[in-house]
Amino acid sequence: MSVSQLNNLPQALVEVHNLSIGFAGANGGRPLVRNVSFSIKPGQCVALVGESGSGKSITARSVLGLSGDGAQISADSFRIAGRDALAFSEQDWRALRGTFAGLVMQDALVSLDPLRTIGQETAEVLIRHDLLKGRQALTAKVHDVLQQVGISDPELRAGQYAHELSGGLRQRGLIASAIAAGPALIIADEPTTALDVTVQQQVISVLAERVKNGAGLLLISHDLALVAQIADFVHVLHEGEVVDAGPVAEVLRNPRHAYTRQLLAAVPSAQSRGHKLSSARIVAAVPGAEGLSIRREALTRHQIEDRTVLEVQNISKRYGAGGWGRKARPFTALHDASFSIRKGEVLGIVGESGSGKTTCANIVLGLLTPDTGSVKLLGQTWSGIDEQQRRPLRRHMQYIPQDPLSSFDPRYTVLQVIAENLPAPALNPAQRQEQVVELLRQVGLNESLLQRRPLTLSGGQRQRIAIARALAAAPALLICDEPVSALDVYVQAQVLDLIAELQAQYQMSLLFISHDLGVVQHISDRVLVFHQGHIVEQGPTEQLFAAPQHAYTRTLLGAVETQHQM
Amino acid sequence: MWRAVLTRILSSLMVIWLSVSAAFVALHSLPGNIADVLAGDVEYPGLREAIAAEWGLDKSLPEQYLDFLGRLIEGNLGTSYIMRMPVSDILASQLWPTVQLALSAGALAIVLSIGITLLTAGRSLRLRKVASLFELVCTSTPVFWIGILLLMLFSFQLRLFPVAGAQGWRSLVLPAVTLALPTVGLLSQVLRESMEKVLEQPFITTLRSRGLSETRLRSGHVLRHGLLPIITLGGWLIGGLLGGAVITEKVFGRPGLGTVTLNAITSQDVPVVLAVVLLAAAIYVSISTLLDIVYLFIDPRLRHS
Amino acid sequence: MTLSSARSTVRSARPSEIPAEHPTPVPPENLAWYPARQPLPLGVKLSLGFLLVLLVALAVPQLLTSYDPLSGDISQSLQAPGAAHWFGTDRLGRDVFARVIHGARYSLLIGIAGMLISLVLGVVLGIIAGMKNRWLDEIASRIFDVLSAFPGVLLALLVIALIGPGMINVAIAIGIAGIPKFGRMVRSQTQLVRKADYVTHASFYGKSRAQIFYKHLLPNVMVAIPILATIDIGSSIMAVSGLSFLGLGPQPPTPEWGVMLAEGRDVLRTAWWPSVFPGAAITLTVIAFSLIGSHVQRRFEGRQP
Repeated sequence: MSVSQLNNLPQALVEVHNLSIGFAGANGGRPLVRNVSFSIKPGQCVALVGESGSGKSITARSVLGLSGDGAQISADSFRIAGRDALAFSEQDWRALRGTFAGLVMQDALVSLDPLRTIGQETAEVLIRHDLLKGRQALTAKVHDVLQQVGISDPELRAGQYAHELSGGLRQRGLIASAIAAGPALIIADEPTTALDVTVQQQVISVLAERVKNGAGLLLISHDLALVAQIADFVHVLHEGEVVDAGPVAEVLRNPRHAYTRQLLAAVPSAQSRGHKLSSARIVAAVPGAEGLSIRREALTRHQIEDRTVLEVQNISKRYGAGGWGRKARPFTALHDASFSIRKGEVLGIVGESGSGKTTCANIVLGLLTPDTGSVKLLGQTWSGIDEQQRRPLRRHMQYIPQDPLSSFDPRYTVLQVIAENLPAPALNPAQRQEQVVELLRQVGLNESLLQRRPLTLSGGQRQRIAIARALAAAPALLICDEPVSALDVYVQAQVLDLIAELQAQYQMSLLFISHDLGVVQHISDRVLVFHQGHIVEQGPTEQLFAAPQHAYTRTLLGAVETQHQM
Repeated sequence: MWRAVLTRILSSLMVIWLSVSAAFVALHSLPGNIADVLAGDVEYPGLREAIAAEWGLDKSLPEQYLDFLGRLIEGNLGTSYIMRMPVSDILASQLWPTVQLALSAGALAIVLSIGITLLTAGRSLRLRKVASLFELVCTSTPVFWIGILLLMLFSFQLRLFPVAGAQGWRSLVLPAVTLALPTVGLLSQVLRESMEKVLEQPFITTLRSRGLSETRLRSGHVLRHGLLPIITLGGWLIGGLLGGAVITEKVFGRPGLGTVTLNAITSQDVPVVLAVVLLAAAIYVSISTLLDIVYLFIDPRLRHS
Repeated sequence: MTLSSARSTVRSARPSEIPAEHPTPVPPENLAWYPARQPLPLGVKLSLGFLLVLLVALAVPQLLTSYDPLSGDISQSLQAPGAAHWFGTDRLGRDVFARVIHGARYSLLIGIAGMLISLVLGVVLGIIAGMKNRWLDEIASRIFDVLSAFPGVLLALLVIALIGPGMINVAIAIGIAGIPKFGRMVRSQTQLVRKADYVTHASFYGKSRAQIFYKHLLPNVMVAIPILATIDIGSSIMAVSGLSFLGLGPQPPTPEWGVMLAEGRDVLRTAWWPSVFPGAAITLTVIAFSLIGSHVQRRFEGRQP
């Protein structure tokens, strides 16, 4: 069915009442999704929001009959395009996949066939459903669709592969392959996750455009800000059930269920600075007030002393010269960066991929040698010397990685991971264990985890272990490299609170790298903005974001503000 | 991209050169006089002079080495002193039956394993367990035992196929099946694992969301991805077939390079063994390189490394 | 070659790594599984039982049979299996069961010896190749390339041709031929571990280069080796019996299983038992080692770096 035909119909594209989906033998016999109801009309964007494991993806896939083998689906009513979907045979499902509804998933690099070009992928649905005949007609249509999603030179791009394109382009290619047959409904499952903020905007605007032209959009996301930007209706899922539903503005401004309230309150932003996130609570909406009223507990204030802990001067790094062909072009990853951190201060670093922030962090960590400039830790030379000479100073600088699991020796238990970093004077095993237990307590973990392997623990727990390990050395400076990016909103809030508390308690300085502006605004005293290898702006957080000087900072802020309408 | 192709070719030439040199070094590092080694266990008038002349034993070692390389490049594989013939003649006459065997076994193995995999990849657990068991047995059973069992059953008991010799297609059936089975076991296991891995990838969901049927999905898309590891394995496959051919020929009394090699070893005819082994190495390396290059063409991700 | 070595061939022979650019997906919060102590699968239990019997056969064969494997009553030649002789007698009247039991020692020990030679040399070369030094990597990789350029059986044949047949020489031949298997796997493992975060970040915790090497790198590289070794014993035993079948290993009257099969082939027209039982012994042994090896590999999967 085409979009134009549907616009004449008043009925919903999808209408679901009390849908339950379960798998025999899984989850102790309980369905993974219970009593979910929603409907999507043409020209509407309905969002399913929730944390990972909430059942939003399974629900979305069931609209295409792609829940997976052995899925037991039941519902009071499950209608797609007016027909009863519970009675669909596999043939029926296949007929409507691609023609009635198209699926856009996360990360085009793995969601598109890497052995085929964007053009071939886009044409596939047309070929499969016999919608067009003849090479010329197909090619013309493919180029047309590519242009519709904002790819400006379709002749060139159609012949390229996903890995040859930038993140934004290939995500748009993925969208093109899903809408080539002009489906009435688009299902987008985390379509912008893992993209840079500015690129996210481009991709979202493509989807928004389709909605404006009459398509229906089922958007699955964990990103509340994104949902606020584009959705009309939102359903909040928690552990397989819908806990809150309604028009977006209403749900986000006046959430009824405790879970939603907790979720919304836990999002870090400029407003939450200096306060705890995980215990924040939304108070009843005050009539006439703008935005949410959130009551937050204050964090322990941290003191900033005037002593310099880290001093970075004029560091730069070039890659390139040597190698043949394409590789011969030298590439400057970092130009002339300078900054310093005082004792007890939190310095935030923000920038998109390729901005040089990772190179800078690696130089500060001593993993890379800068071509020019110097780094001094606690007043002593740090860069440009042997690792052996640096070793005595190592305990003063510790690291929290984005993916803690890969930084743990796979053979080690929790106890061994943390004990490895205890200061050397060999205490007997009992004393070492005591110290580790104490560290675990400080990060909010129980001593029952001592003999467990990190592989069997959750993301939040692993991150806490990484923090405990770093604390074991009682460092003066803690380098945090996207420590919460892979965590769900609420877990993220807890970990951020933990880091803030410990930082204040131990008077540690923090170098906090993140691509998430909200997080950076929440936790940093000062901010560095990286763009294409340069520090384009630096200064106190509130000032910098209230009145950005550099064009790039403004773009970054602008992209975020479109999302944060709360 | 062409740079990559060139690198492969150069690298393979270097490996061949190194292998040849290694063989030369091995030959000369054996205890005793090299003339004795080359003469084997025969002795006749004029032998020692012939050996000395051909191998240039009066020259310096580096000169001998260069002569050796030179002879090989010209295609001169040396002379067998035991059979008193140029080695290349000996090989040429026996080459065809072996090639026939290897090719038919290889083709059979590929067809069977692709078939088994398409039927079993990602399907019911039962089916996969049966297939796994079959593959385990195939790879664990020594090829000569398979041959003997087949001989026993089909030749002696049922009298369906001849017991020995290389006349006509009937004499090819049992040896080819024997040689193919262990290969089928391994190929289908690797292929199936690879295809099942592919079936777990996100892009498969995208393909399904376009309305493709499972059959189209598997034969059209998944197979292409799943075959990639096979291409890499291809070179090893040829090597395994050549090696297995030696054993199979002994079991079935088939003439061929295997028989020639075994006779050469037992009669200590070093030039022949050397030539066979170098030839096999050259074949293996060339095919591996060819397949590597084919792989480059097929997988676009590697073109921009 | 077994599955594992084929897998490692695929992994290490690939022209270059596919860049793993895509970001780590959001992990589910409640990852609360913990591999409980599950009972051993039936196949593994049977394999362990079988290996136990083999161990007894190896150490105290007298416990299992009272017949002398080396001498027989020629008047009892080629008796079918029955009460007196469980597996029948061979051409020289020797009890086949006794020969199979006594033969276990040869196949197993030579096979294990060959595997150990490959292991030690392969591991050492592999670690050298996997470390940072580009030149050492090139040299070691070339050695692997050359060794694997000669198809396994043929390389063993060449070695035998040069150093002569016999038990120890077979072990050496198989050992040399098997070096690339271990070498390449260890090389890629070393590279993987070397680049892993827990190694590159180890300096943050004040560890010296030596400490990092011995406490983190080496143990994690070695983790995979016992598994590979176990799975590989199977193919090693097959290679031993294969070479013996060709007459290049232990000589008659040694009751090595491959030798027995060669003798059995000659009397296949009239007697099936001298061929079937030794072959079955080889097959079951290889299956047993493979099953145990793959089981351990599956259990270990989660702990890989």
